[in-house]
Amino acid sequence: MIPDNLERLLAKTRWAGKKAAVGIAGRKSDTKVRSMEYILDAVGLKDGMTISFHHALRNGDQVMRRVLEKISEKGIRDLTLSASSLSKVQDCLLPFFKAGVITAIDTSGCRGDLGKYVQGGNLKDLAIFRSHGGRARAIESGELKIDVAFIAAPCCDIYGNINGVDGDSACGSLGYAMPDAAHAAHVVAVTDNLVEKPLDYVSIPQTQVDFITEVECIGDPRGIATGSIRVSKSPAELVIARYAAEVIAATPYFHDNMIFQFGSGGIAISTASYIRELMREKNYTAAAGVGGVSGFHVDMLEEGLIETFFDPQDFDLRAIASLRDNPKHQEISVSDYANPFVKSPYVDLLDFTVLSATEIDVDFNVNVLTDSYGRLLGAPGGHPDSAAGAKLTVITMPLLRGRLPMLLDHVTTCVTPGSTVDILVTDYGVAVNPQREDLLERLSGNLKLPLWSIEDLREKAKKLAGPENRIEHKEEICGLVEYRDGTIIDVVHNL
Amino acid sequence: MKNKLRTMFFVPGNSPKKIAKAEIYGADSIIYDLEDSVSVYEKDAARDLISCFLQEHRPDAVIGIRINPMDTPYFEEDMECVVPLCPDFLRVPKAEKAEDIIKIDEILTRKEKELGLEVGKIKIVATIETALGVYNAFNIAKASTRVIAVGLGAEDFCADMGMKRSENGEELAFARNYISLSAHAAGVMPADYVNSNFADEEAFLEDVRRGKQMGFAGKSCIHPNQIPLIHSVYTPTEKEIAHARDVVRVYEEAMRNASGVVALNGKMVDMPVVIRAKELLASLEE
Repeated sequence: MIPDNLERLLAKTRWAGKKAAVGIAGRKSDTKVRSMEYILDAVGLKDGMTISFHHALRNGDQVMRRVLEKISEKGIRDLTLSASSLSKVQDCLLPFFKAGVITAIDTSGCRGDLGKYVQGGNLKDLAIFRSHGGRARAIESGELKIDVAFIAAPCCDIYGNINGVDGDSACGSLGYAMPDAAHAAHVVAVTDNLVEKPLDYVSIPQTQVDFITEVECIGDPRGIATGSIRVSKSPAELVIARYAAEVIAATPYFHDNMIFQFGSGGIAISTASYIRELMREKNYTAAAGVGGVSGFHVDMLEEGLIETFFDPQDFDLRAIASLRDNPKHQEISVSDYANPFVKSPYVDLLDFTVLSATEIDVDFNVNVLTDSYGRLLGAPGGHPDSAAGAKLTVITMPLLRGRLPMLLDHVTTCVTPGSTVDILVTDYGVAVNPQREDLLERLSGNLKLPLWSIEDLREKAKKLAGPENRIEHKEEICGLVEYRDGTIIDVVHNL
Repeated sequence: MKNKLRTMFFVPGNSPKKIAKAEIYGADSIIYDLEDSVSVYEKDAARDLISCFLQEHRPDAVIGIRINPMDTPYFEEDMECVVPLCPDFLRVPKAEKAEDIIKIDEILTRKEKELGLEVGKIKIVATIETALGVYNAFNIAKASTRVIAVGLGAEDFCADMGMKRSENGEELAFARNYISLSAHAAGVMPADYVNSNFADEEAFLEDVRRGKQMGFAGKSCIHPNQIPLIHSVYTPTEKEIAHARDVVRVYEEAMRNASGVVALNGKMVDMPVVIRAKELLASLEE
């Protein structure tokens, strides 16, 4: 029984003034499931705030458009759009840019008409292009303050638990959304698959979610998952992949219990297929795989060639099913994957990583953001993170695309610094970063590999392609390329 | 010029992309084609393209150019174009008689002299594509010291013989064997035919192995993915190399000891085995 004189009894203790109020019962009957209109009022979204989205629905995403339609209807303007990346499908957001609903972006990639809009100098602020790890760092350090995170949720229960592995719009790992969910001031789950019972597989917990809103559809499955990713049939890509595998196998980083990352492009998967053969020959297994997952990676996991996988994103249906069903296939936050300021990001475990490039230069700097004409077409993604973390970073790339050389004196845009790149593998030959004398020594006697100096390979490219003209761009800049640690490594010019 | 011609890789002479990329696949020889892969409307463009490319750029491979047959209106212009480019060899199609080769030899000699080039430097690889050509294979191979290899053009040969191509190529067996035999008899390289099936890797490999058993020393090809497959058959394995070294070692020991008997692992080693082992080891040094 509560004594009548409780307040007086507590008066001289450190619990003074802490007598419980009558009727403290809380909000048991409250529901998180609300209309978007209600939520926008409840979270207090105002002009000038920052909203965020993840891009795991890739080119099938409908959430950004649906949310912005509602925001626009409320007359809110001058927002910063922070997305883990922007795909071609986000060209549909252009009307919101033109109407002033969004006036700044903070993203990994940007392309298509949106890219043209940015490079037309139409944004109020400079666009920020970050790596995946860099974005997680910016969020967790408070540098990137998100007012409201709208999280596309392929499956969400009424309590706010979210996963990406169930439902018609399944996209797999929600690693990209995790820093937003953990650190945004308000978190809103946007779902087309609301379930009554608590989920048994949870990627983002209810403890981080303020509201849930239902929409008819969050994404088009055809744009979310790619078709099955196969080993390349292109003879030239196979040449690159074969050299890359031979390079890796000749280094000390190819060993039993290694940890590696392969992208999901044709060359990376082809390289993985040659590495797989070498692993079988030598009876090696990989202690872990890190990074984006496709069916090819799942095959290696199921064969036992990879013992466990740390997965921030999935590319196809087979990878999504594996994440749901295989306990050795582990979903991780993009912060755990690549944030340089966490104690042990998974990229730091990598013995080797196989990455692509749109351009590279004689200092081994890599561009994966703009094309040879300076147009936005890609994204830093995890490139700078993986390159910085891995003990051996291999860039695979054709020496020429069409008639343009891809090995240059200076890359159009520097995204990954050459100091973190060890070896370039092209269809015409292999060049080792001279900083890596140990690798040079190890590979120089290898007769299977056409070893070149980077300068000679550059001369070869020039000779094959003929003289180049410098690209024309305006002096004004429209974007900053931020390195993973928050420093500015390059700029993007208006075109 | 390397003696090793495990692969002769044909590249259409009218495709800039394929010409520029050809060297990356590691073929021992690249043959820039002016003949079958170039339509009659593009013969001049192909000549210009090959000419510009080879004047600027010399891939690290044995360089061949396939010219059009002598009885076509393109032959003379082909010869005008290709000799100044100094290819290592001309691939001569539809070789039927020794006279065909002798005539090309004479033209080459005349042009080499005009251009101040070393006479006899440009070699000939003759392609036999008719019944008469197969019949004359030895004479063709012996017609000029320029001839370094002879091969079979399977499609035209079948058409000439009224045969249909089959999956396993059994209709070619006699011609392949006969051309290989003739080449060996003439002391030139027998080059196996182009098998255009690049989709079925196993069937292709089986065909390459069959050719090697017939005595061929390499194979012509048209698809880059065929190159490593051909090399895998025509490159000695580590086990074969080790065996060849053992054979030569026991042979040399026997010679030093003036022993008449050479034996390895309880088996007598005959002289032909020693010669083959020495040839194999010599091929590694090329």
